[in-house]
Amino acid sequence: MLLIFEQFLNGLQIALLLFLLAAGLTLVFGIMDMVNLAHGSLYMMGAYFAAVFTEWTGSFFLGAALALPAGALLGIVTEIIALRTLYTRDHLDQVLATFGLILFFNELARLMFGAGGMTIETPNWLQGQIEILPGLPYPSYRFLIILVGLLCAAFLYVLVQRTRLGMLIRAGASNREMVGALGINIKQLFTLVFGLGSALAALAGLMAGPVTTVQIGMGDNILILALVVIVIGGIGSLPGAFIAALAIGIIDTMGRAFLPNMLGAFLSPSDASTLATALSSMLIYILMAAVLVLRPAGLFPAPGR
Amino acid sequence: MRPAFQTLALLSTALMAFPFAADDAAAQAAKKIKIGFVTTLSGPNAAYGRDMQNAFNLALDHLGKKMGGVPVEVIYEDDEQKPEVGKQKTEKLLQRDKVDFVAGYIWSNVLLASYKPVLDAQTFLIGTNAGPSQLAGEGCSPYFFAASWQNDQNHMAVGELLNQKGVKKLYMVAPNYAAGVDGTNGVKSLFKGQVIGQDMTKWPDQLDFSGEISKIRAAKPEAVYVFFPGRAGVQFFQQYSQAGLKKDIPVYSAFTIDAVTLKLQKDLVLDTYLTSTWATDLPYAANQKFVADYKKKYNETPAFYGAQSYDAANLIASAVTATKGNLKDKKAVGAALKAAKFDSVRGPFKFGNNNFPIQNVYQQEAYKVSDTEYDLRTVSTVLTAHTDPHAAKCKM
Repeated sequence: MLLIFEQFLNGLQIALLLFLLAAGLTLVFGIMDMVNLAHGSLYMMGAYFAAVFTEWTGSFFLGAALALPAGALLGIVTEIIALRTLYTRDHLDQVLATFGLILFFNELARLMFGAGGMTIETPNWLQGQIEILPGLPYPSYRFLIILVGLLCAAFLYVLVQRTRLGMLIRAGASNREMVGALGINIKQLFTLVFGLGSALAALAGLMAGPVTTVQIGMGDNILILALVVIVIGGIGSLPGAFIAALAIGIIDTMGRAFLPNMLGAFLSPSDASTLATALSSMLIYILMAAVLVLRPAGLFPAPGR
Repeated sequence: MRPAFQTLALLSTALMAFPFAADDAAAQAAKKIKIGFVTTLSGPNAAYGRDMQNAFNLALDHLGKKMGGVPVEVIYEDDEQKPEVGKQKTEKLLQRDKVDFVAGYIWSNVLLASYKPVLDAQTFLIGTNAGPSQLAGEGCSPYFFAASWQNDQNHMAVGELLNQKGVKKLYMVAPNYAAGVDGTNGVKSLFKGQVIGQDMTKWPDQLDFSGEISKIRAAKPEAVYVFFPGRAGVQFFQQYSQAGLKKDIPVYSAFTIDAVTLKLQKDLVLDTYLTSTWATDLPYAANQKFVADYKKKYNETPAFYGAQSYDAANLIASAVTATKGNLKDKKAVGAALKAAKFDSVRGPFKFGNNNFPIQNVYQQEAYKVSDTEYDLRTVSTVLTAHTDPHAAKCKM
């Protein structure tokens, strides 16, 4: 029972990282109708920034506090220089251009930070464990990820549902032209949203850094999962991204954790683990396929799309 | 999204397939030995490919960039750690560059996707890292030589080491690909205790091992065996330590700690057990020269990836010298390679009937050279002059 709860927490932690990444992606996709494959690169650069700033300042929290605006700034600069011209082009052009950006950022990271990767040093009290239930010690850093993820989700909810900016974001996701026609500076809104998305990606990257180490291309794999999340959740929808990220994170972890034992009951151990690994990585795509069949626009499509 | 990727894929294959016929004729006329070297030079594991490349280049420096008096050209190709890319690059080396030897390959799954066109073309393939069982048993070939090891060997040494340390209950975690399967089988073949749990993780993209680590905690084994080559080894030890298990359950590993990963693993891997066929402290003249010159030229400590690649260059050179550069006589080249008349950094070097090395496997430990520098040192010899278990099935 304790193991199930612990695995649930593991799943939750992955899910929340995924949500941070998917939130930015779904906003940009929903509001600007822009496929940004380079979102994973912003995740990676955020982690590198945090690693460098943490080394400079000697404090993980100062490093993180500096890395967030740096990530946002990098996103805004990328938007102004490279992406702005792509809004009117079709999705294929955007995919091609932002795929190029992935290669560019990977090479840039190699030149700036070396091919060897970096680690982010966390303070001692984050390297230990806390006993969240009697007999269940949990790594305190992973617990922090869960806290930060939940806080961020709450912050985004308030921002999008309760503020003027949020109203514009929601309006933009429903009908871009109409927002422009009503006299809103859409260019500025786009840049702002892109900066926000980049900061969220950087946050996800820097939170993942101490767990998975900072390395070139670290955003490429998780980006694919984030794309699955926004497809399941409905493009442009933050609640959708949240629910979908939770579903994927927990299904993925639970599948990996318990399928091998369940299959082991009637298969040889090596066959069971081969089949279980294959099945648990397939589960999320099966979920995506099922959602696409039943609700082609995703679980929570933005109204008017 | 899908049409977009398809277009991309079509575009890239079209570019690859476009025949470049210009330089073929010239290549044959020039008296030059061409070696194609496939390794991972981009992505998170680029540092390991770089280690191989550095060592191979260093060997060529030592050889005066000539083998048997003939100038050597090496063409490096990046497999991006992807089987399909490795195969493409290998075919390019064979068809466009018309190389005389193919060498390299870190990853078993990349090698398994790539070896067939090389062997079909009757070109010699010198593996400098991956040593999958598929090429060591019934599938052995007179054109394939492993300058490294057969995958099982280091893991079998882990199994034996566990027996020596009196471990009775073991938990195993390894990635789910060819080398992970060889690895877990290798440990089990010699380990006399009970395996109370085994997880095979998704390879290469799973980097979060929280689920597996939680299961280890719940299973309460006496020891954990892991095999996570390359960057994944850093992530595993980091997360294992964050979970607080390092002080309770000792870790035994193979191919998971090396000079490159140590730069990031640092204290996380002190007081753990590992096995390997090579370390910087092996007391052979060739090894000491290799280590000293590598450090001088690149200002870094070489890893086993590099050591094996250095051996591979010298192995190829020995065959070219023995046949006086006449590479057309495949039989003679094969015999010269098999004779392995070169000074290995691993001391006495000998091929078994399946062209995989017969060699010692050592227990090693990580230690602090200085405040910032870490290295591996040899503790004991676990397996002596060890022949891999698949050799018996090879009919050569």
